[in-house]
Amino acid sequence: MRIAVASGKGGTGKTTVAVALAVSSGVPAQYVDCDVEEPNGSIFLKPAAGSTETVSVQVPEINEERCTSCGRCARFCRFNALVSLGTPPLVFPELCHSCGGCEIVCPADAITWKDVPVGEVSIGQDTRTGLRVIQGKLKVGSVLAPPVIKAAKAAASNLPLTILDSPPGTSCPVIEAVSGVDYVLLVTEPTPFGLHDLTLAVDTMEELGLPFSVVINRADEGDDRVENYCRENDIHVILRIPHSRRVAEVYSRGGTLVEALPELSRVFREIPGEIEGRLG
Amino acid sequence: MKELVIISGKGGTGKTSITGCFAALAKDAVIADCDVDAADLHMLLSPKVLATHDFISGNIASIREKDCTGCGVCAEKCRFEAISASSSGRFVVDPHGCEGCGVCVEVCPVGAVDFPERHCGQWYMSETRFGPMVHARLGIAQENSGKLVSLVRREAAEKARELGKDLVIVDGPPGVGCPVIASITGASLVVIVTEPTLSGKHDMIRVIELAEHFSIPAAVIVNKWDINPEMTAGIEEEAEGRGVEPLGRIPYDRAFTASQIRGRTLVEESDGPSARNIETIWEKVWRKLK
Repeated sequence: MRIAVASGKGGTGKTTVAVALAVSSGVPAQYVDCDVEEPNGSIFLKPAAGSTETVSVQVPEINEERCTSCGRCARFCRFNALVSLGTPPLVFPELCHSCGGCEIVCPADAITWKDVPVGEVSIGQDTRTGLRVIQGKLKVGSVLAPPVIKAAKAAASNLPLTILDSPPGTSCPVIEAVSGVDYVLLVTEPTPFGLHDLTLAVDTMEELGLPFSVVINRADEGDDRVENYCRENDIHVILRIPHSRRVAEVYSRGGTLVEALPELSRVFREIPGEIEGRLG
Repeated sequence: MKELVIISGKGGTGKTSITGCFAALAKDAVIADCDVDAADLHMLLSPKVLATHDFISGNIASIREKDCTGCGVCAEKCRFEAISASSSGRFVVDPHGCEGCGVCVEVCPVGAVDFPERHCGQWYMSETRFGPMVHARLGIAQENSGKLVSLVRREAAEKARELGKDLVIVDGPPGVGCPVIASITGASLVVIVTEPTLSGKHDMIRVIELAEHFSIPAAVIVNKWDINPEMTAGIEEEAEGRGVEPLGRIPYDRAFTASQIRGRTLVEESDGPSARNIETIWEKVWRKLK
């Protein structure tokens, strides 16, 4: 089973929940860090060094001997990654989506492809739990998170439980992270910002047709509008995590939630089974 | 005109709460919310929307079923795996996978692919009790958040010029990717709000590297500093070592949540230590900008 842990708002506790689920698992499991802009899972899971592979995207290269400066490639490119002023085109690799259209329309066969690195995927094993840990990491300065997320997901093997730690938000990186999973947990906090961004995340899951439940973190803080919203909209709340300064302190040093509150370990172990029951 | 951008790397460090306070303290700035994925600043500033505009960006492919011959060339050429065969043997586009490149339109031998403009969201020109505000809402599961960010910034700068204001305050998105890069390129100053946790530190280092990459001056604020005083000192040391000035510390304070529930900024609601620290930090930010 593949469970993604997501949220609209950042900092609600996605990584905290994802890590707790992964380390509490009663079956062989893996944790995939899809928050490639700011991957933090390894701070808590401390995987022993394994293998690392570069993630690249392909961008066009112009063979100037063949190019007739006709400009068709530049006119075709919707992303303005090619600019031609009656000359062989200039390539702006950071704007390229690697769609391959320029090569298709080029009448002179003047376009070839080169790899540009955008990030890396590393695979290791948590020394204490044996958990498989996969981390995608976007290269600083690159805009292309989705290809790195895709590569991290592709590195996952076929284990009974896969936990995917999603990036925040509602746009392309989140869509890439949650696509094809069996279930999504949306982590929120009971504040006006938390509620607002939860409604966006709920709309996103409904748009994508993915089943989900809500986790309310720091449940005794703020107000009761998140609880009311979930009740009124028939949204299942699978877990409420109490607020405690101890959790915040343990987290700050790189400790996991179940180290701070060991009594939650059993609760997290039972969540995948509960989800399976909900999926029928 | 100066442009101040507040970012954090890690989400949930207090970026928007602090941006709201800066907007209140600046008194005469144009405010822009560039966290277009999950915009929250409007909940503190209660903007009155003066004008709503559609955000149209790029195109989206759509195959006319009656004209499709089922040859499958489109699916074969689509690099985004956004086209698949339906049960009737015709081909269909997954709108969430389509990046609007136009390859399928080009290769379809019978011209069966429509390519309308894509409606990706809305943006608003508004008025708040602290000045004009430009904000936006990206459509659910839409693309092009970077382009929407650029549009919000451009409109805010335009408004500032029009009104003769000399400051734009931008609430940025979390992360280091496309929308963050669109938020900071060419800005006068980036203020990074972090927290004293290993995650906060790790993510701060990545945004400092990003600011360096684009040659933008940066400064840092440690929020909730008393959760881990040792880590706070370490973060400030790390920042200074990278040429990024620590501007001050804000304690962990439930008053932030309380003022958020009342829909106000902390500096309007409280004159406690957190509010006073933010005022002192704001004076430093203002001096740096000038």
